[in-house]
Amino acid sequence: MAKNPDEQQGRSLTEPFANNLPARHRTARLWQLAFLASTIVGIVILTALLFNIVNSAFGLAAVQVKVDPATLAMDGVPIEKQTKVQLVQILEGSLKPAVYKRLETEKPFVGRSRNEAYDLVVERVVEPKVEQTWPLFDSLLHRQEILAEMAQEYPDAKAKFLSWIDAKFLVTPQSSQAERAGVRTAILGSLWTIAITILVAFPVGVCAAIYLEEYARDNWINRLIRTNINNLAGVPSIIYGMLGLAIFVRALERLTSGTAFGFADPTTANGRTILSAGLTLALLILPVIIINGQEAIRTVPTSLREASFGLGATKWQTVWAHVLPSALPGILTGTILAMSRAIGETAPLVVVGASTFINKDPGGPFSKFTTLPIQIYQWTSRPQAEFRNIAAAAIMVLLVLLLALNATAIMLRNRSSRRL
Amino acid sequence: MQDERTSQPWAGATGAVAAGAQEAINLRKRPRIREALIQGFLFLCGVLSILTTLGIVFELGKESLGFFTRQVWEDSNKALPVALAPGATELLLSRGGSGIQAGDLVRVENEVMLVKAATGQAATVVRGQQGTEAVAHAANVALFRGKRVSLVEFFTGTKWSPQIGQFGILPLVTATLMTSVIAMLVALPLGLSVAIYLSEYASERARKILKPILEVLSGIPTVVYGYFALTFMTPLLRGVFGQDTVQIYNMASAGLVIGVLILPLVSSMSEDALSAVPRSLREAAYALGATKFEVAVKIVVPAALSGIAAAFILAMSRAVGETMVVAIAAGQGPNLTFNPFRSAETMTGHMVRISGGDLSYDSIDYNSIFAIGMLLFLITFVLNIISQRIVRRFREVYD
Repeated sequence: MAKNPDEQQGRSLTEPFANNLPARHRTARLWQLAFLASTIVGIVILTALLFNIVNSAFGLAAVQVKVDPATLAMDGVPIEKQTKVQLVQILEGSLKPAVYKRLETEKPFVGRSRNEAYDLVVERVVEPKVEQTWPLFDSLLHRQEILAEMAQEYPDAKAKFLSWIDAKFLVTPQSSQAERAGVRTAILGSLWTIAITILVAFPVGVCAAIYLEEYARDNWINRLIRTNINNLAGVPSIIYGMLGLAIFVRALERLTSGTAFGFADPTTANGRTILSAGLTLALLILPVIIINGQEAIRTVPTSLREASFGLGATKWQTVWAHVLPSALPGILTGTILAMSRAIGETAPLVVVGASTFINKDPGGPFSKFTTLPIQIYQWTSRPQAEFRNIAAAAIMVLLVLLLALNATAIMLRNRSSRRL
Repeated sequence: MQDERTSQPWAGATGAVAAGAQEAINLRKRPRIREALIQGFLFLCGVLSILTTLGIVFELGKESLGFFTRQVWEDSNKALPVALAPGATELLLSRGGSGIQAGDLVRVENEVMLVKAATGQAATVVRGQQGTEAVAHAANVALFRGKRVSLVEFFTGTKWSPQIGQFGILPLVTATLMTSVIAMLVALPLGLSVAIYLSEYASERARKILKPILEVLSGIPTVVYGYFALTFMTPLLRGVFGQDTVQIYNMASAGLVIGVLILPLVSSMSEDALSAVPRSLREAAYALGATKFEVAVKIVVPAALSGIAAAFILAMSRAVGETMVVAIAAGQGPNLTFNPFRSAETMTGHMVRISGGDLSYDSIDYNSIFAIGMLLFLITFVLNIISQRIVRRFREVYD
C-alpha cells in the first residue's frame, strides 16, 4: 500500500496546475470569442454602411403631378405615343410664351428629337414633384402601410417605386431640384481632375522612387528626403488643400486660371480651376506613389542589374530597360491605389474652391469644377430628404468607380506575382 | 541608347587591337552628360517632396503671421455722443464699454484715428491715420478699438468668431479632442482585438476572407463615412438615448464613425507588429503550458508593444486630421462643450465650412483658417514623429 514518494510529490505539484486549468481555459475561450466578435463587428459595420446606402438609393415615393398626363392625351393618344409635332403643340399650348420662346432660342424645336420633346413635356408641363420618400426596405416590407399613409397625406399623389440611380442620373447635369439632378458634371469634373493628377504625379513619383532606390547614396540630403516623404504621407489632406489654395489658386493665379495663355477672360477668371485641383491632388498622392514605387523597385533582384552592368550597360540603360519593366506592375498597382484615394478626396478640393453649383460641362483644365465626392458632400448637407436619396445614388456611382479601379489593381498584382 | 554605345571609341576596340594597338585604349572614365542630366532630373523629382514640405510650412507660417499681426477692430461699445467735424481733434466718448487709452487706434466708420491722450469721457486724437481721410461723422456712430490677436488669447480664449474679434481657439480644439478620443475609444480595443484574432487565431482561409474586408473599409472615401454618420449613426444614437439628449449634429456620432474609419489602420499596423514576433517565443510559452490566450496576451502583445503603440499614435493623428465626417455630422458653429451629444465644430470642420464659399484673400477668415491649419499641422506632425521614434527606439529585435 505504500506509495512511491516521488509519485506523491509529483501529484501535489501538478494538482494546483490541474485545478487551475479549467478556469484558464474558460478565460481563453471567452477572450477568443471577444476577439472573434470584434472582427465580426467590423464586418457588420461594413454591411450596415452598404445597406444604408442601398436603402436610400431606392424606394417608394409619393409623386405629385401638376398636370395629369391623361388630360394631355390628344384624340385618345396618350403622350407616351404622341409624335413630336403633337408634343411641341402641347408645349406651345401649356407653357408661358416667354418660356416657350426661351426654349426655342436655346435649341430650335425643329432640331430637337421626339424624345427630347417628350422629356420637355414631362419636365415642364407635367412637372412631377416628389413629396415624400420611403427607404427601400420599408417600401418592401411595409408596402401596404406606406400606401395607406400616402393616400391619407397626399390624396392626389401617385405612389411610384423610384430608383434614384439610373441611366438618366448619370447623364443629366446638376439641378436645384433633386428629381432632375444628375452627376454628369461631377463625373466629368472628377475625370478631368484625376487625369491631371495622374499626368503630374505618376512621372514625378516614379522618377523620385527610381532616384531613391537606384541612385541615392546614404548621405544627409537623401536621408532627409526619405524621412520627409514618410512625414508627408501623414499630413492631413486638408493641409494640402491649404497649400493648393495659397500656391496654385492665389500665387500662380495667372497660370492656373489660364489668363497667361490667353485661354480665359482675365476679368472673370480666377485660380479655382480643374488645373489647381489636379495639381493639389498630385502633391497629395505623390508620397503614396513614391513609397509604393520604392517597394516595387526593391523587389527587382540585384542579379538583373548586375547582368545588365556586366554587358556594359550604363546605369540609366539598366534602369530603363531592366529594372523599370520588372517593377512596372508593382508601380502601376500602387499608382491605381493612389488614384482611388485621390478620386475619393473631398476636403482639399473644398478648400481649393470647388464650385458650389455648376451645370455646364467642364471644357478643359481652366474650367470651374465640381467632383463626385464634393457633389455628395453638398447634397448630404442639404436638409431636404430627397437630396439624401440622390447623395446615396451618387455614392453608389462613386463606389462602383472605385471598385472598378481596385479590381484592376488586384488583377495587376496577381499577374505580376504569377510572373516573378 | 544604341547610338550612344556605338559612337564611343572602345566600341570598335577589336578593330583597334587588330590594327596593332597603335592607339592606346583610353580607359579613363568619360563624362556621360546624358546620364548626369538624367540623374539630376531624378534628383529634382526627389527634392520636390522637400519643396512641398517647405511650401506647407512657409505658406501656413506666412498667413498665420498675417493673422497674428493683423489689425482687427473690436467693438468698444462706445459711440460718439455728438457729431465730429473733419478738423476736430477732441473726441467726446459715451459712457460704458471698454476703456480707451493713449496709444490705441480707434476707428469711426472708415476713418482710423490714433489716440494721443484719453480720459473716461474724452480723448485727443490724430485724425486720418493709416491712409484714411479725416471726414465728418454724425452723432451716435459706433467706435471700434484696434487690437492685434495675441498668442495668449489664441490659446486661452473660449470663444472663436474672428469676424467680431474673438480669437480663442479652445472650442475648436476641444471639439477635435472629443471626436478623436471617442474615435480612439472605438478603434483601440476593436483594432487590437481584430489584429490579435487575425494574427493568432484565424486560419489561413479565414484570414484570406477577413483581410480584404478590412481593406475595403479603408478604401471607402471619407465623405461616404460622413453620409453614414449623419444618416445611420445619428438616428441610431437618437433612438437609443432619446431625441432630446442627442442633437441632430453631434460629436458622438462623428467620433464613432471616425473610429470605424481608422479601425483598418490600427488593425493592419498592429497585425504587422504581432506577426513580426518570432515563432520561437510562442513555442517556448506553449512548452511551459500556456494557453493560446495567455500566449497571445502575455507574450506576443508585450513583445509587439512598440509597433502597436506606433499604430495607435498614427491613428490618433489620422483622427485629428479627419475632415469630412466632422464637417458633415459634428455640426457647424464653434461650441465649447464636453457633452458628446451636443454639436460642436472641430478645427478641420471649421476650415472646410469657412473655405466652402468664395473666400476673399484679404479677409480675417482667410488668415484665421491658416492659423488653425498651422496648429493642426503641428499637432499631426508631432504625433507622426513620435510614432516613428517609438518604432525606431523601442523595437525589440529578435533574431
